[in-house]
Amino acid sequence: MAAAERAGMTGTMASHYAEEFARAEGGLVGADSGWFKAARRRALTHFGRIGFPTPKEEEWKYTSVAPIESRSFRLAGHPRNGLDVAELDRLRLIEAHELVFVNGYYSAQLSRLASLPAAVSVAPLSEALPDSLQEHMERQAEQPGNGFAALNAALLSDGVHIRVGSGVTLKTTLHLLFISTAPDGPTASFPRVFIEAGANSRVLIIEHYAGLTPEEYFTDALTEINVGPGATVEHYKWQMEGARGYHIGQMLVHQQRESRVTSYSVSLGAALARDDIAVSLAGEGAGASLNGLYMAKGRQHVDHHTSIDHQQPHTTSAEYYKGVLAGHARGVFDGKVVVREGAQKADAELTNKNLLLSEHAEMDTKPELQIYADDVKCSHGATVGQLDEDALFYLRSRGIEYSQATALLTYAFADDVVARIAIEPMRHAIERHLTAYLPRAALDMELL
Amino acid sequence: MLTISNLHVCIDGKPILRGIDLEVGPGEVHAIMGPNGSGKSTLAHVLAGRDAYEVTQGTVVYDGADLLAMPPEDRARRGIFLAFQYPVEIPGVNNAYFLKAALNAGRRYRGLTEFDAVEFLSLVREKMKLVHLDEALLKRSVNEGFSGGEKKRNEVFQMAVLEPRLAILDETDSGLDIDALKIVAEGVNRLRGGDRSIIVVTHYQRLLNHVLPDAVHVLSEGRIIRSGQRDLALELEERGYDWLRPNALA
Ligand SMILES: Nc1ncnc2c1ncn2[C@@H]1O[C@H](COP(=O)(O)OP(=O)(O)OP(=O)(O)O)[C@@H](O)[C@H]1O
Ligand SMILES: [Mg+2]
Repeated sequence: MAAAERAGMTGTMASHYAEEFARAEGGLVGADSGWFKAARRRALTHFGRIGFPTPKEEEWKYTSVAPIESRSFRLAGHPRNGLDVAELDRLRLIEAHELVFVNGYYSAQLSRLASLPAAVSVAPLSEALPDSLQEHMERQAEQPGNGFAALNAALLSDGVHIRVGSGVTLKTTLHLLFISTAPDGPTASFPRVFIEAGANSRVLIIEHYAGLTPEEYFTDALTEINVGPGATVEHYKWQMEGARGYHIGQMLVHQQRESRVTSYSVSLGAALARDDIAVSLAGEGAGASLNGLYMAKGRQHVDHHTSIDHQQPHTTSAEYYKGVLAGHARGVFDGKVVVREGAQKADAELTNKNLLLSEHAEMDTKPELQIYADDVKCSHGATVGQLDEDALFYLRSRGIEYSQATALLTYAFADDVVARIAIEPMRHAIERHLTAYLPRAALDMELL
Repeated sequence: MLTISNLHVCIDGKPILRGIDLEVGPGEVHAIMGPNGSGKSTLAHVLAGRDAYEVTQGTVVYDGADLLAMPPEDRARRGIFLAFQYPVEIPGVNNAYFLKAALNAGRRYRGLTEFDAVEFLSLVREKMKLVHLDEALLKRSVNEGFSGGEKKRNEVFQMAVLEPRLAILDETDSGLDIDALKIVAEGVNRLRGGDRSIIVVTHYQRLLNHVLPDAVHVLSEGRIIRSGQRDLALELEERGYDWLRPNALA
């Protein structure tokens, strides 16, 4: 595509979203807050300048967002039209604080927020916009080279601000449920999550994206987590968008001294999904563990990018991502670890393993270490393989049908990551999903 | 039970089996011996249905059916069992789960009711005793981290559970200590009887002291160059294979 034509297209789309902005601005979150309005407008201008990323950019080399760019998604006019509440109820977790967003908008009625400890606040942005968010909001509005962050800032539909005070352990899981139903044609939602974990606090959060529609829609999500000294955050992302959904999600994590973050990113749904995680280990002794599992079939495209920045001594990171690709699916993994000068005794480990179940499936994996300190321990490895023929034959030679043998081995491949997922309903959903991948695979789940 | 006629097999275009004829009747035990690389395991794998091997000529009839036309799982369900020379480690697949799936696949195929967890467990406990296999191995992944001897005994244990009609033991006696050898032999002898047939691939006479064969065959360079009685095995032990080779006879 010629550059001028491209620019023209970006221009058209930018103007589509500019129109969308003009139409919706008065009703958007923070319409009566001066700084918020100003940040939105700057974000829109920034988006107009940079537009959607193109495969010419290194970070988007294998993932074309042309299908998102070529469609005119709109903010939902009547977000809760036609919502099947029974279907929603099936996604709920027992014993969790639950915040439900439908097509980008918070619903107090569908949410279940039991009483919280005094030092914990969980507030939808549509109900409160604390000034403390200003700095974050402004920073994301004009992130260089990132059109999706700018678009999220410009059209931010709703979100939540979670603050856990110093020394507090929030025992109950926080379940953020983002439902898409495409109630009035192809809709877009722009959720934003801010998490602030105070010093020595502990919290477990699940971001759960679910599509309850066969229609097209687009989720452009942005999450920021600030982790105070000695705090522990466990974060699950459970992406089960609809088959024609487009999901772009970014998570920015900033960790202070001796803090711990464990992240589990599970991508099962969407026609096209991109998940970016960027972690700054900004305090001495901070540690992050990133786990990932993605499965794609048919013509699904799934792309995970992670980047970990070891800025201080004694920081640790351990990354473990696994992918299963069937049919004509395409997977991308890009894991970057930077150990800065002075980040001595840093320890980084990065693993990405992929299983291709079909000769038409494709995977591009790129682990990358940039090390500028001399006393560090770093390792990385990436593999792309097929099912082990010897194992397959061994199983079949005992009478186990080909499809079941395939299922067993696929299961076995994903098992160690799946086993790390402590949220039981989530783990079971993944297991069910795994079996659904393999037609006729009547896996008997009864264990001894 | 099994009739192999003029079987020719290639791997990557290279001939490995070059005209095998072998008839195994119901209830018979046949031993196959022969130098390294002569094609014994190839024959065993071809009978079990490994598709990396290309059959270029010949037929194999099992119970009146064309064996070579069946996928490996159907062969197994119809009673063929291969005890692997090198049992495969399968990390992440639970040994008990695997065996239950195998057992029930066969039972379904034969129109029998499937075993539930309780029935399966009591069967398995009984058979494990037979081969003196530690029950803890059931909870581990298939063959993963098993010692050489444990792997071999696990093969015999699986055989005891699945009760095949034609068992092919590919060097199941290699790498076993003297006690384990007796245990394995006993496992094989228990299976013996009725119309169950067994093909034993071995390098050693010692297993044949316990499992008495009805016939002994020597496989060399892809052909059976000599068939005889039990005493042929003794003679081989003493004299090796060279005297049997065509050029050595001249
Ligand atoms: N997958 C393979 N690719 C190439 N050659 C093979 C393959 N499998 C077997 N062969 C070759 O076929 C020949 C026969 O091998 P086979 O394993 O059947 O011998 P064997 O009689 O069982 O030997 P041993 O007594 O050492 O177990 C050997 O030359 C071997 O190298
Ligand atoms: Mg062999």
